[in-house]
Amino acid sequence: MDDLLADFLTETQEGLLSLDAALVRLERAPGDTATLGEVFRVVHTIKGTCGFLGLARLEAVAHAGENLLGRWRDGSLPVTPDGITCILRTIDAIRAIVAGLERTGAEPEGDDRALIAGLDAAAAGKAPEPEHAATRLAVAPAPSTEAPATAVEAAAPAEAPAGVAPQTIRVTVEVLEDLMTLVSELVLTRNQLLQLSRRGGDPAFTAPLQRLSQITSELQEGVMKTRMQPIGNAWAKLPRLVRDLGVELGKKIDLVMRGAETELDRQVLELIRDPLTHMVRNSADHGLETPEIRRAAGKPETGRITLNAFHQGGHIVIEIGDDGRGLDVERIRQKVLAQRLATEAELAAMGERELLRFIFRPGFSTAAAVTAVSGRGVGMDVVKTNMERIGGMIEVASALGRGATFTVKIPLTLAIVSALIVESGTERFAIPQIGVVELVRLGNRAQGENGPRIEHIKDAPVLRLRDRLLPLVGLNRLLALEGEATEEGFVVVSQVGAQLFGLIVDRVFDTEEIVVKPVAPILRHLTLFSGNTILGDGSVIMILDLNGIARAAGLGTEGAEEASPRDASPAWAQAGTDPGSRTALLLFRAGDATPKAVPLGLVARIETVERERIETAGGRPLVQYRGRLMPLVPLDPGWDLSVAPAQQPVLVFGEDERGLGLVVDEILDVADEALSVGPAGARPGFLGSAVLSGKVTEVIDTAWWLAQAGQDWFGADASGARAAGGASARILVVEDSAFFRNLVVPALGAAGYAVSAVPSAEAALALREAGAMFEAVVSDIAMPGMDGLAFAREVRAGGPWRDLPLLALSGNAAPEDVLRGRDAGFSDYVAKYDRDALLRSIALCLTQPLAEAA
Amino acid sequence: MGARTMQRQDTLATLAPGRVVATEASAAEVYLTLTVADTLCGVPVLAVRDVLTAQAITRIPLAPPEVAGSLNLRGRIVTAVHLRSRLGLAPRPAAEAGMNVVVEREGELYSLLVDAVGDVVPLPPEGRAAKPPTLDPLWREVAADVHRLEDRLVILLDVERALAIGA
Repeated sequence: MDDLLADFLTETQEGLLSLDAALVRLERAPGDTATLGEVFRVVHTIKGTCGFLGLARLEAVAHAGENLLGRWRDGSLPVTPDGITCILRTIDAIRAIVAGLERTGAEPEGDDRALIAGLDAAAAGKAPEPEHAATRLAVAPAPSTEAPATAVEAAAPAEAPAGVAPQTIRVTVEVLEDLMTLVSELVLTRNQLLQLSRRGGDPAFTAPLQRLSQITSELQEGVMKTRMQPIGNAWAKLPRLVRDLGVELGKKIDLVMRGAETELDRQVLELIRDPLTHMVRNSADHGLETPEIRRAAGKPETGRITLNAFHQGGHIVIEIGDDGRGLDVERIRQKVLAQRLATEAELAAMGERELLRFIFRPGFSTAAAVTAVSGRGVGMDVVKTNMERIGGMIEVASALGRGATFTVKIPLTLAIVSALIVESGTERFAIPQIGVVELVRLGNRAQGENGPRIEHIKDAPVLRLRDRLLPLVGLNRLLALEGEATEEGFVVVSQVGAQLFGLIVDRVFDTEEIVVKPVAPILRHLTLFSGNTILGDGSVIMILDLNGIARAAGLGTEGAEEASPRDASPAWAQAGTDPGSRTALLLFRAGDATPKAVPLGLVARIETVERERIETAGGRPLVQYRGRLMPLVPLDPGWDLSVAPAQQPVLVFGEDERGLGLVVDEILDVADEALSVGPAGARPGFLGSAVLSGKVTEVIDTAWWLAQAGQDWFGADASGARAAGGASARILVVEDSAFFRNLVVPALGAAGYAVSAVPSAEAALALREAGAMFEAVVSDIAMPGMDGLAFAREVRAGGPWRDLPLLALSGNAAPEDVLRGRDAGFSDYVAKYDRDALLRSIALCLTQPLAEAA
Repeated sequence: MGARTMQRQDTLATLAPGRVVATEASAAEVYLTLTVADTLCGVPVLAVRDVLTAQAITRIPLAPPEVAGSLNLRGRIVTAVHLRSRLGLAPRPAAEAGMNVVVEREGELYSLLVDAVGDVVPLPPEGRAAKPPTLDPLWREVAADVHRLEDRLVILLDVERALAIGA
């Protein structure tokens, strides 16, 4: 039988199954438009598909039925018991024809004129003539034990006619699972046989083996199919739900469902049913406006919720969209701030897409009033968790005033996933295809190939991928496998949440459909694997968990430190500020062609000094500036006063007595970007390099240059502090002044610490709530809002930071201040901006237990 | 499960033809003997699902050192454990093939990698002796009892505890 026809029959059977009950409901409540709509849709679908399949008889019957239903639906005729009877008879006739179709693949012969005449009469508003009530159907005799309904009485609606029972049986899932396992084993055995035969077995076996092979494949397919169900099954209750919601909320809502026939695994279907219902409810309640508001906004009164399902590369994509008010980004922003989920600076650095993702946080709701139905955001965390549990992803897009769309991407089945098979250090691994964005083959330099290659920023490998710098994770290294870090292999570009990263592997084989099996309990602690499986060749292979890998590699995933999509802040950003936050940077050129950058906050003024005004004293250039002598430090060691431009650009740092002019060649630009400084190119005076505005830029170490002028802001020499600095211990700097924050952060970063900075004690506590952890906290004392002393007391009162070294940084370092600081819980008290003392103190705190340090 | 039990008996029968002496003793007292580094050990035969010759084993990175990897037993994934390593003994020389004793624990299959598999013998409770208190702590943990044979001792392994790894 034609696939199309088979599909049609299955679908029609399902539709018919629900019709009897629906018609009964309709008869009791003739005003139930939802049920009427449901009945109409089923009959309409049958009619439409019939025409397509060339089933003339069925089409004629369905068409006549649809006419009558259409009249009821548009309200031009009332629903009458007689009419219902007519329709029930029509349904029976359809059933009989469908049964015939199922048996023979062709429409059975029969005369439906009486039935059609009855329906037409009813549609014309006349009572049906009783003598036409009986329909004669001549159905081809069949071996089936189920007698086809040849003559259907004008039965009471409650009496379901003994027509063709739906050709389905209930089978427990275990039976299917067992079948699945057996088939997997069969496939493996088949493969082994085929290999034996290929190695030169008896040619007599070839033909039967091929037959066996084919049957096995078909069997496998068949067993897989038994688990598939159309997604429409999960949607079945939505029309009613939406209708009821519309009534309850006084809204007019259209529910449009597309792709209901898209099939997916039964187990997945069960798991997405509730989340889908929730999202639809959410759209109806919060997405769509009331008719008055919609009218006022110039939109049609009736809001529309669209469900759309389709297959895409081994996955099923479901879109739940509405044309309502959309998500209010501003409200989300305020809510994020109110709940201290992120700082202003972090928010400013976020794209709208990231901001919208906050609605997936637990307890996050933007609904001003949480109604009985749903708060927008209430439960979205649950939805997200459920989706992720089955290996799915959820995204949200919104346009204020025009609606919001949630897009869910889930695997077709939990049991079978498409996976990329890779090799690393002679071991093979499977990577679920859903997280793989693309594959990059690295050029083999030795063979003169010119493909992309891995670059290193200190020890951290990165790859230039179009306009971004992709952090790389070496699978060899991560899994502690033997084998040299390869420079040729492949990079599997993967995505976890908004984070993109590359996985370096030695070889890439094929993609294969794999059956995911959980690992043994004694291996459950290995978070880098999501399971294991048996490949077609019978070997066991571990399945990599990209989420686990991202976590193990220190790449931000969804959570407190989601990186911005463009400037992913990778693990190698040791000297950077807190990830995701943007820093205004002044870009300039000095000496060589590589652009240089300095945090704009550090620069007091940008001046041009006339060459004639530059003097020299003791071999050092000086300029009279604002009534005093300001030392000038050329960034380019080859700078010479005699060839300096007539108008010399100078960056002025600091104020008054502590001023310093940095002599540069040219001011290029101001960029507002997330500063992720990699240690590459770190040399005296430079913290390292970063990619800014698409160019590799060296970030200058301001403190070092200030020291060059004898300006002792931080005490002595940076290189000594750098060497003395620990590994990348994480330090949190709490400091309200952006200026000094910008000084302290690079200074600590230069000493090798991983520094995060926040502008207030409140923001620091929010980080604590979010689960961030540090090895030490450095805090200012005088701050607006919660001051440093209160902050220290709060930290010491309990929570995960209770035992952290806590350093006070203050301008007042009189003995009584120090005492007050210690009372509040500070481990040490450092006079403001004595860098040496600060670094010494941090080093001391980190090497000694707190009890001794305090 | 019925089919699996049959399978086991078949395997054992082929493995030790005519050596199955356990006809009269109750099944609970019947042990499969095996050797690791010249030590004779026993596992309750009821715990054994299969005995296999050396198999292709996929290594599992970052797994505990006792875990050798996983192997495919007729479509089921079996986690293989080096019994030598579990007992704190030196690894088996690479040249010696070894055997897999497949046992089940909480519905999962595990393979104990041993040097050789011996007979299926009845070890009635009369021959039991308590573990000597001086026994190596690792062995004390894994051993259930000691059984005295005429000529030598058999360490009766507690499969459950032998597989308590990585918890």
